[in-house]
Amino acid sequence: MGQTISEKILAAHCGKKIVEAGEFIEPKLDIVLANDITAPLAIREFAKTGAKKIFDKNKIVFVMDHFTPNKDINSAEQVKFVREFAKEQKIKHYYEGGQSGVEHALLPEQGIVTAGDVIIGADSHTCTYGAIGAFSTGGGSTDVAAAMTTGRIWFKVPQSIKFILKGKLKKWVSGKDIILYIIGMISVDGALYNAMEFTGSAVKNLTIADRFTICNMAIEAGAKSGIFEADNVTKKYLSGRSLRKPKYYQSDKDAKYNQIYEIDCSKIYPQIAKPFLPSNADAVKNLKKTYIDQVVIGSCTNGRIEDLRIAALIIKKGKKINSNVRAIIIPATAQVYSQALKEGLIKIFIDAGAIVSAPTCGPCLGGYMGILAAGEKCVSTTNRNFVGRMGHIKSEVFLASPATAAASAVKGYISSPESI
Amino acid sequence: MSDIKLKGKVHKYGSNVNTDEIIPARYLNLSDLETLAKYCMEDIDKDFVKRVKTGDIIVAQNNFGCGSSREHAPAVIKAVGVSAVIANSFARIFFRNAINIGLPILECPQAVEALSNGDEVEIDLDAGEIKNISKNEIYKTQKFPDFMQKIIKAGGLLGYIKK
Repeated sequence: MGQTISEKILAAHCGKKIVEAGEFIEPKLDIVLANDITAPLAIREFAKTGAKKIFDKNKIVFVMDHFTPNKDINSAEQVKFVREFAKEQKIKHYYEGGQSGVEHALLPEQGIVTAGDVIIGADSHTCTYGAIGAFSTGGGSTDVAAAMTTGRIWFKVPQSIKFILKGKLKKWVSGKDIILYIIGMISVDGALYNAMEFTGSAVKNLTIADRFTICNMAIEAGAKSGIFEADNVTKKYLSGRSLRKPKYYQSDKDAKYNQIYEIDCSKIYPQIAKPFLPSNADAVKNLKKTYIDQVVIGSCTNGRIEDLRIAALIIKKGKKINSNVRAIIIPATAQVYSQALKEGLIKIFIDAGAIVSAPTCGPCLGGYMGILAAGEKCVSTTNRNFVGRMGHIKSEVFLASPATAAASAVKGYISSPESI
Repeated sequence: MSDIKLKGKVHKYGSNVNTDEIIPARYLNLSDLETLAKYCMEDIDKDFVKRVKTGDIIVAQNNFGCGSSREHAPAVIKAVGVSAVIANSFARIFFRNAINIGLPILECPQAVEALSNGDEVEIDLDAGEIKNISKNEIYKTQKFPDFMQKIIKAGGLLGYIKK
């Protein structure tokens, strides 16, 4: 019996030739991640183990991104607690301030994660790194505490669901539209406990940013992970960037899958996920006229330079942000911000009347930097539209691509990119 | 797994109860669980914290605990005194977090269907039985796989790795 890419990566990390779906394993970890919300709990749990030192100062990564730059005294205290632990333990990859950024944009950008890795993070969107051919998944703070002690974690080897992506994408359709379409099709628990493996002839035309977006939202279908096999696009991205040598794995032709879906991407129109689940996806063109109060373009899902380029292109065409809309644009990392400045994107945003923020997760989880009042509606490039996610429980979040979000910011109501 | 007796009244919910509903992220500039517990379920069930009593049991449909990986969610449920959660299915990170911190969770569609709000329930984990005292019924649950039982018997993941 052949093996999937996920099974091969996991087997290699527990010194085995083969692992089987359903088997409990304790693989070695290449990277262990936590943020300003999850690290404080993890550090306290770590202390309870009685261990004095972390297993490897180069493999623990702390990114202060959710409520930073610290929004209030409590967040500042949490960050201070993590910073002091990081100093005491001489953790190499501690990110705060001008070097920081939204964790799942920052780690690949800085070459900290690479192909063939096994990664666990106390953040559900840790599944993002599957885009570069890593097995990467979210866990909790206790998982991170255990991993900081032993360098290992327990996993049940997941079954895999294969998504064969075919066909040429329509203009303006991106990775975000593909993943919203898939979640709409299989629902928020359609891939529960499974690895989502993305393959097929359409993949070669997907940018690395599209792939990050797709894997990022695997969790919104309940999946343990999302993964693409590395190809030339991946290798070009990793080249000169990876701090460690990438290892490339491929699924065998006779690998076993729980389910196989074929998706004709040429039939996908720009998507919008209505409140209050990411699975409430529909084509933007099917929506009745919905006026909005806010647009957010950013986050670990869509805050990369490619996302800002598309948003700038549309906003430039549309000239002005609608006067009834607050358009908040959040470059995901300092490097993205700097590149956007260099390319003149920031000027386009500001001249059009948008707000440009420092890198932060901020409004995505209702932290700060764009909180909604009762009855307000927001088109957001983030990943969740749950009740109260971005503010008041009577506010509403509509999930979309940067192109759709930018078009909606210009029009003042939810609009398809081709309308500009 | 837990010192408290797994016996109490049912609080029943629907599908896809997410971690932001269990503990809204706006409060997570704090990580003190006793304080956070005051806001448990606030956005979908305002009076939950007032009603809940030590030992009570949450019952839900599919995909309970979907969304974030934040362990604050099962930890807060435990901190308000809930002794167990029964659902048709759990989101996977919530599932592992609950096992890791020692909050008993059971997948039992039969019990979910039969149990109503306010029913008095007692759970016997060793026997794999959920007893509905109000309706005088017993529902069988599946036992955890051996590996998870080891973690549970050690009182959670940290107890397990100490061994």
